[in-house]
Amino acid sequence: MGTMTETRELPGAGAALPHESAHLHVSGEAEYVDDQREPRGMLFAAIGCSEKAHARIRHIDFSDVRSSPGVVEIITAEDIPGDNNHGPILADDPVFADGLVEYVGQSVFVVLADTVNNARKAARRARIDYEELPAVLDIDSAMAQQSFVIPSQTIECGRPEQAIAGSAHRLQGRLRTGGQDHFYLEGQIAVAFPREDGAMLVHASTQHPTEVQHLVAHALGKSSKDVVVECRRMGGGFGGKETTPALFAVIAAVAAYRTGRPVKLRVDRDDDMTITGKRHGFRIDYSVGFDAGGVIEGIDLELASDCGRSADLSGPINVRAMFHSDNCYFLEHVRITSHRCKTHKASNVAFRGFGGPQGMMGIENVIDEIARFLDKDPLDVRRINFYGKTDRNVTPYRMTVEDNIIHELVDELEIKSDYRERRKAVQAFNDGGGILRRGIALTPVKFGISFTATHYNQAGALLHVYRDGSIMLNHGGTEMGQGLYTKVAQVIAEEFQVGRDRIKCTAANTGKVPNTSATAASSGSDLNGMAARAAAMVIRQRLTGFAAQHYGVDEEQVRFTPAGVQVGEDLVDFAELTDRAYLARISLSATGFYRTPKINYDAQTLTGRPFFYFAYGAAVTEVLLDTLTGEHRIVRVDILHDAGESLNPAIDMGQVEGGFLQGAGWLTGEELCWDPAGRLMTHAPSTYKIPTGADWPQEYNVELIDWGRNREETIYRSKAVGEPPLMLAISVFHALKDAIASVRGAGFSPVLHAPATPEQVLNSIEELLQRTSKAANGKRRAAA
Amino acid sequence: MPDTNANGTENGTIRFLLDDTVHEVANVAPTTTVLNYLRDVLQRTGSKEGCAEGDCGACTVVVADLDGQQVRFRSMNSCIQFLPTLNGKALYTVESLKKLGRNGLHPVQQAMVDCHGSQCGFCTPGFVMSLFALYRNNAEPNRAEIDDALSGNLCRCTGYRPIISAAATMYDYGRDLLDEQELTRRLEDIRPGVSLELSDGDNSGLQAAGCPDSTAGGRFHAPGSLSELAGLMIRHPEATILAGGTDVGLWVTKAYRELPVIIYLGRVAELDYINETGDHLEIGAATSLTDAFAAMEKHYPELYEIMRRFGSPPIRNAATLCGNIANGSPIGDTMPALISLGADLVLRCGSTTRRLPLDEFYLDYRKTALQPSEFVQAVRIPLPQGSGRHFRSYKIAKRYDQDISSVCGAYWVQVEADAVAEARICYGGMAAVPQRAGRCEAALRGRPWNETTVETAVEALSEDYQPLTDMRASAAYRRRVAGNLLKRFYLETTGVEAGIWAR
Repeated sequence: MGTMTETRELPGAGAALPHESAHLHVSGEAEYVDDQREPRGMLFAAIGCSEKAHARIRHIDFSDVRSSPGVVEIITAEDIPGDNNHGPILADDPVFADGLVEYVGQSVFVVLADTVNNARKAARRARIDYEELPAVLDIDSAMAQQSFVIPSQTIECGRPEQAIAGSAHRLQGRLRTGGQDHFYLEGQIAVAFPREDGAMLVHASTQHPTEVQHLVAHALGKSSKDVVVECRRMGGGFGGKETTPALFAVIAAVAAYRTGRPVKLRVDRDDDMTITGKRHGFRIDYSVGFDAGGVIEGIDLELASDCGRSADLSGPINVRAMFHSDNCYFLEHVRITSHRCKTHKASNVAFRGFGGPQGMMGIENVIDEIARFLDKDPLDVRRINFYGKTDRNVTPYRMTVEDNIIHELVDELEIKSDYRERRKAVQAFNDGGGILRRGIALTPVKFGISFTATHYNQAGALLHVYRDGSIMLNHGGTEMGQGLYTKVAQVIAEEFQVGRDRIKCTAANTGKVPNTSATAASSGSDLNGMAARAAAMVIRQRLTGFAAQHYGVDEEQVRFTPAGVQVGEDLVDFAELTDRAYLARISLSATGFYRTPKINYDAQTLTGRPFFYFAYGAAVTEVLLDTLTGEHRIVRVDILHDAGESLNPAIDMGQVEGGFLQGAGWLTGEELCWDPAGRLMTHAPSTYKIPTGADWPQEYNVELIDWGRNREETIYRSKAVGEPPLMLAISVFHALKDAIASVRGAGFSPVLHAPATPEQVLNSIEELLQRTSKAANGKRRAAA
Repeated sequence: MPDTNANGTENGTIRFLLDDTVHEVANVAPTTTVLNYLRDVLQRTGSKEGCAEGDCGACTVVVADLDGQQVRFRSMNSCIQFLPTLNGKALYTVESLKKLGRNGLHPVQQAMVDCHGSQCGFCTPGFVMSLFALYRNNAEPNRAEIDDALSGNLCRCTGYRPIISAAATMYDYGRDLLDEQELTRRLEDIRPGVSLELSDGDNSGLQAAGCPDSTAGGRFHAPGSLSELAGLMIRHPEATILAGGTDVGLWVTKAYRELPVIIYLGRVAELDYINETGDHLEIGAATSLTDAFAAMEKHYPELYEIMRRFGSPPIRNAATLCGNIANGSPIGDTMPALISLGADLVLRCGSTTRRLPLDEFYLDYRKTALQPSEFVQAVRIPLPQGSGRHFRSYKIAKRYDQDISSVCGAYWVQVEADAVAEARICYGGMAAVPQRAGRCEAALRGRPWNETTVETAVEALSEDYQPLTDMRASAAYRRRVAGNLLKRFYLETTGVEAGIWAR
């Protein structure tokens, strides 16, 4: 059991401080969008959705909607004064369907009423006359029909065909990974307040206030100056509030514009899950050639992803999948092809890892297959394929891996987790031949940090130091629980050597810091921490200069310390200095700006240096499997993760543990099911099962490496930590596969797809037994 | 005592304790949920809506009431509890706790802060309240008890580890300021009169209070006695019986159904009981699952797994065993066990009661043998007797905590002289109703209790059911697992450890 965490109040970077809102979270005082007092005259909105996966709308009869109690207004596509679009890159996402619907749940109209319930009841009363069209509902059909949202792309290095053909051993196979609902606890919500002179204020739960600002402005036919978007905090994001909130914000804003009244749009859980996109499901085909030691000599990977009905961020998501199809492994002769399938389902969106996890699943599956084929410990095959430090260190996209620490990290984890002994124990347990089986796996993670869209790698901050020495901090990043505000406040505390109680973190607001990027790609503290630091350094320099002049010392004799500002021999209270600076007419406000150096990337050839650096980690998971039912339990997990020189180890540990279990959910229990008509059947927590407390293993050893240091000049040499830990959960999947494999024994490999639900696992066991009993006399699967 | 009219029926005012004050509500639609009332009327927005179906726990509150002279604290899902069910009780929300702490925050809250138990914070108030219930009810929980206490709360950020740590360390912060004796006295002060009747809720109470939302009105009867209940059922055969509301609540929050007449069982003290009468355990219709399970587990520890995996504490605290039975869902998890144990029901219509074996109660999908105006008064479970009897009940789902079964099976055999003298095998999730496996039972009876017999019985089982494919599992999986669970049962009777869920 855990012990009480130390809560000493160090001023700055590296301290394990609690979340800046922790005291508000636990008392219920933290304010989310729906908690704000509702102004007089507010209207409540409910979206009327398509009931068909693909159809033309012939006619809509709104008479029962209009006559429904409390209804004030119905708004459709023709009421939008500007662009009917909420698509972030391509303008292919209508706010309201205009004649054509392309998924069940697509918004067709919105009803405004005096209460939430009245709006929701009324929205169900529209009678829509559809002319149904054929629907494409899965990757296989989309591939067969060449149905794509954007063109396919390929990266190629060396001569993969020849390399595979010339290898001693060859394997081919297919892996499917399922989608995943974000299941942020706070559903999508936006409130729009019409302001004077055509302006609009929008409170939204969004990771990307600037994009909401742009899309609202475009929909209203206004410019960015007319729209302010604010977000103090989200009740979870995970990528699900990167592009998705724009739909809800635009609807609320158009409705507010049309009626001149404040409008709140809060969708309930079922509508949220039905309307919004999810993690992309993937189908990954591989063909690999390798030598007797398991070294990959040539590989061809074909990735096909389910993008849903529109492009959204599917382009960059699939590129990131391609860029993580190597994970930690050197692939000299390689081809990676990516198809972006269009299906008649909700347009799939960003989700923690952004395609990286799917790409990584592909190569980890290949490694595991090779190991089982050669009857080797998969860890040995992983290791033999690791990127080198000085050679064998160029990725398929031609970036040299300069910061490789995976060897040391895995070495340390292997020892700390007692991996080898435990593998023997697992083997001995399984040799007993019972219906319960154990499995163990160690899998590594290497995750590229930076937006692949280079221009996104910039950030701004706004810092005010008040006369009384208190500090208002604002930056372009948003708080979704990841602790960004805490970390950036620690940066300010570090720069001024003041306590965190002096610093107020304020809501992300497009009126304070403009042209911001999404808080995404794990980049939040890297970008905003640096921008805030830049602002702090400006003010600190002014204070230093002022102090030197005022007290008659050299600037070198002015130092900011936890006890106060050391000026020569004297110690001056920070507040006294700021007060005197004010009286001396010194500006105590500054903006800060940062752009990530070194990165460059050619989006056409998919080559260059898309990433500033890599974050690393590895996990060992052991599972216990019931071969009668397919149910399993994680018995133990050991994690070693690289957060560089952590800005806040407590918060980083939270990302590691939380990411691991979220990933475990993706790969095991979280199953999205659609019926043959394209209706999502798992649209509430009663049917869509994210992990619970009992799923956290009884035995766990989770650590940050204590020698972490980013070789690149990031904020105090820390590393991004938001997304990478999710992929530590790939070890859960492989531990399960290991347990399944034990029912037949060495040399045979089960076919297992994700999510590995009890049913999927039981099917895998049966398929393995059936297939291998056909292979007479225990003969191994023939090598190609 | 509150005002009562000539019939001994309280005027339509709901009284409950909120923090230190008696809170009164009148003219409110009876199906107003506690959560909407808290958020929309009282502006206590700490409790959150995450799902409005009792599955995520973001709305968790704690309700205290008197169990005899003893005050008991129970976590509840405020999103599906109707406001009138609070009558005569004390409500604690996340906003209540700071006042009960000695140093600004309550021990539970401070432990959560110190363990870094919140990230986005949206689920946190619900966790805090589940922990508060645990703090009051268990002085030294082990990991399994902590997991159980948190099983109704979803967190998407933390991975739960820091919350589990908070649960283990919250006792280190000392006792809070809650005075149970004082609370008991105050609960006695507002102890309800005989019965409560809310006239057609015109919702003026909510509108006057500034509530922007309303649900259609309806009549809400909370009879104070069994005879009054039976009389109301005669007068209103169309009424919706409300016990825990863990299903009925969803009719309102999810299906937007209007319930013209609700008859609430929570005030009928004669129905909140557990009697051990010689060879039976009898459990009344108003007895919560929490209480019923505690009594059942004493006699049938084999029920631990399905009880633990049934819902979550907030659900089990509200829901009743008889409600689970009367609801008649094909996937209710208590029925297979009760049927295989040979339970029967006491059904009442007016002043007449009759007994009916539970396995004759279910006629078709959501259709029971209840006659108009008839209701389930109690369930009677035979107590274990003699030797050679084996019993198990298993639940299979995608998730350990609070999931709906893909298959739920219960197995009861009596083995005499190494042969099966009697067998009762029952499954949920395999048919339109919880149903016994007649062919499978026949294949067991009179045969030696060994692997060969079990193999034959597994084959016979495939003739017993035509299960469906849905989002929980395919028909093929259900069939296979149904058979495999019978195998597991056999193995366990031979002493083999065959489950993965360490207790």
